[in-house]
Amino acid sequence: MKSLLGWLDHRTGYRDLLRKALVESIPGGAKWRYVWGSALTFAIAVQFVTGIILWAAYSPNAQGAWESVYYIENVMAGGWMLRGIHHYMAHATMILLVLHLMQVVVAGAYKAPREVNFWFGIVLLHIVLGLSLTGYLLPWDQKGYWATKVATSIASITPVVGPALQKVLVGGADYGHLTLTRFFALHAGVLPGALIALIAGHVYLFRRHGVTAGQPRETEHATQSEGAEEDGQDGPASHPPRPRDGWFWPDQALRDAVACLAVMAAVLYLVIRTGGAPLGAPADAAEPYAAARPEWYFMFLFQWLKYFPAGTEVIGAIVIPGLVVTLITLMPFAGRWRLGHRFNLGLTGGVLSGVALLTWLAYAQDRADPDFVFAQTHAEAEAERAVELAGAGGGIPASGALALLRSDPFTQGPRLFAERCASCHTYDGHDGMGRPLPEPQTAAELKRFASREWLEGLLDPERVATSEYFGGTEFARGRMVRMVQSRVAGFTHEEQADLAQVIKAVSAQAALPYQAEADEADRAEILEGTALISSASVGCTECHEFQDVVERPLGPTLTGFGSEEWLTAFIRDASHPRFYGDRNDRMPAFGPEEILSDEEIRLLVAWLREDWYRSGEEEGGPR
Amino acid sequence: MSSHPPRPPEEQSAGPGGHARRGFLAGAGAIAAAGLALLAPVWSGLRVVFDPLRRASSDPALVPVARLAAIPADGVPRKFRVTADRIDAWNTQRNMPVGAVYLRRTEDSLQAFNVICPHAGCFVNLAADRSRFVCPCHKSSFDLEGTVDDPASPSPRDMDTLDVEIRDGDQIWVRFQNFLPGRADKTPVA
Ligand code: FES
Repeated sequence: MKSLLGWLDHRTGYRDLLRKALVESIPGGAKWRYVWGSALTFAIAVQFVTGIILWAAYSPNAQGAWESVYYIENVMAGGWMLRGIHHYMAHATMILLVLHLMQVVVAGAYKAPREVNFWFGIVLLHIVLGLSLTGYLLPWDQKGYWATKVATSIASITPVVGPALQKVLVGGADYGHLTLTRFFALHAGVLPGALIALIAGHVYLFRRHGVTAGQPRETEHATQSEGAEEDGQDGPASHPPRPRDGWFWPDQALRDAVACLAVMAAVLYLVIRTGGAPLGAPADAAEPYAAARPEWYFMFLFQWLKYFPAGTEVIGAIVIPGLVVTLITLMPFAGRWRLGHRFNLGLTGGVLSGVALLTWLAYAQDRADPDFVFAQTHAEAEAERAVELAGAGGGIPASGALALLRSDPFTQGPRLFAERCASCHTYDGHDGMGRPLPEPQTAAELKRFASREWLEGLLDPERVATSEYFGGTEFARGRMVRMVQSRVAGFTHEEQADLAQVIKAVSAQAALPYQAEADEADRAEILEGTALISSASVGCTECHEFQDVVERPLGPTLTGFGSEEWLTAFIRDASHPRFYGDRNDRMPAFGPEEILSDEEIRLLVAWLREDWYRSGEEEGGPR
Repeated sequence: MSSHPPRPPEEQSAGPGGHARRGFLAGAGAIAAAGLALLAPVWSGLRVVFDPLRRASSDPALVPVARLAAIPADGVPRKFRVTADRIDAWNTQRNMPVGAVYLRRTEDSLQAFNVICPHAGCFVNLAADRSRFVCPCHKSSFDLEGTVDDPASPSPRDMDTLDVEIRDGDQIWVRFQNFLPGRADKTPVA
């Protein structure tokens, strides 16, 4: 073994290299404040390792990106943790980098001869921001999609080349496959490559100049170790450090390692506490996403854009940030003036507090905005649902997760209701999506339509004429309301018992999935109730057809009342003789007039009947 | 010869000045050869990177979006998904949702707006009280006619109207297009 290593050293000189790397002397001894660089390098290394493993499972295309990230996150063992580490370590990298730069500024280490290294740091910051920006889109979820749209829109307002730049970046006029392949190439190829090159240069220059300025004999020391390097063979070891100096190995290395461990612990804490990196619902160009926000370290820019009214966007988005970066880049030169360092400190402090203030404002405004809070809650629920659907049926069909979501009554029902029904109806008192409605609605409340409770309310003399049922319609003075208010109100005990059975019987016609157990348990009662529907005492069939029995058909048929078939036909055309005929009040013929497509009606019906896929159930996939 | 190591180049130079000239020629040759060697990969690489610029999207066709009956003539905008056939790089996709529009009808007019905010591309919402449009991103605000109604709005122009046509009596067709964000003029994304 020993001779093998000896041979290797003869051919490569690795021992020398190792010694140079480890036996670097540290003027003034090992210090905790020297750990930032190592912690940062560690964070970036973790990103490389986790990133490459994620890469091995990720598929950059518009029909597979979300699906592959879902797979990593929810199916692959350890996937959530790996992705979580990659996600939060990106945050840590950002923080460490800013801290590192701050430290450099405060210590005046940007001054000669370290200008170039300072610039490397600035470029590094931009690369890390670029990595974050490109990485945000890769899961192809609603959040990344809409937030990145803002970013590429900003690229397009760059003077002259803007539109072309946007098109090259996006890979075409619209977001699609090529947007992902390009962002991925940047995220996993171009930017990391540039990052490695910069770090190599940065470390080389750092070694060349020695650690932070400020020690009186620092310059002398730097020349010394430079000379030592040219000596070759023995390296700095031949120049024993001054008494107070320490060695990198093991004194500083220990501190560095502890710092890395602390960073990892913080990241792991976040990963475990949050359950890993978020994954929103799959990207959809046709679906609003009002919670579109960039990652927190871009929030200041996001907020900043609010202050630039029409015509001044370029100034806000490009000119001013460009100037600030230029000023920061020129710090080493400003630092040569007598008050230069103070100026630089002020500049850094000013920029940082500005960023902090804007970030705070952005979050404060969002928190105070009920629309945003609503959108965010909604987005979270939808993300959860997308994952639930993706997990059904053993795999996502090739048409993708978005197709699953689009054919899911639980997701689409509320939207359709809010857009097409809530101008007249309510659902549990709201518009279907959970938003309150401006004033009492004209038509009936439809939550759990045709269930026993719904029918009980309808047949309650106190409630039938409220806005919950017929209150806002022509029927408020119609026969049904009068019947309930006069006849039912005067029912004897016995008649009331009959009515209860009739309610159960009519409701059983709907065959509601959520009432299946109760229907099953009350089979006998339902049988009796069914017979009572056409009896003289209750008298439904005076006006409603039931199993071909009817005196004078005035109201909707009770045969199959509330069932899938019944509800579909009713929504299609409530003016059909089976239902209201020409007595229909304002309910549009959604089917014949093609206001709603057959698929939309199917979704609404299934949603109203709460007939949707639930992951706890045994049955197959979503219908 | 074999017992002597090759002489360093300096000693090989012929007459005075020959050294400099040879050095220059060798350097130029090296650069030219390396440049030539790189020409093909760089050239074809750049062409691929900039290929999207050569792909002009075809003129947007009118697509059916909704029936007139679906929009009460009450001046309240209603949102509709736009589905169209589209080509995404190597895929052609039939009937894909490509975006959304607000349709707004009054007694004597019918307007169509692209839902995308002209500021920076977010999806504009209808305010909860249905009295105006607001963008959830940087709070641009538009009245129901799509006109910017608050001078502090960052949007550089009104909401983008789209061509509408009614065919077969009550079928609404819209020429669905996106426009470049962040500029005062309405330029289609091409
Ligand atoms: S994107 Fe609408 S205001 Fe900025």
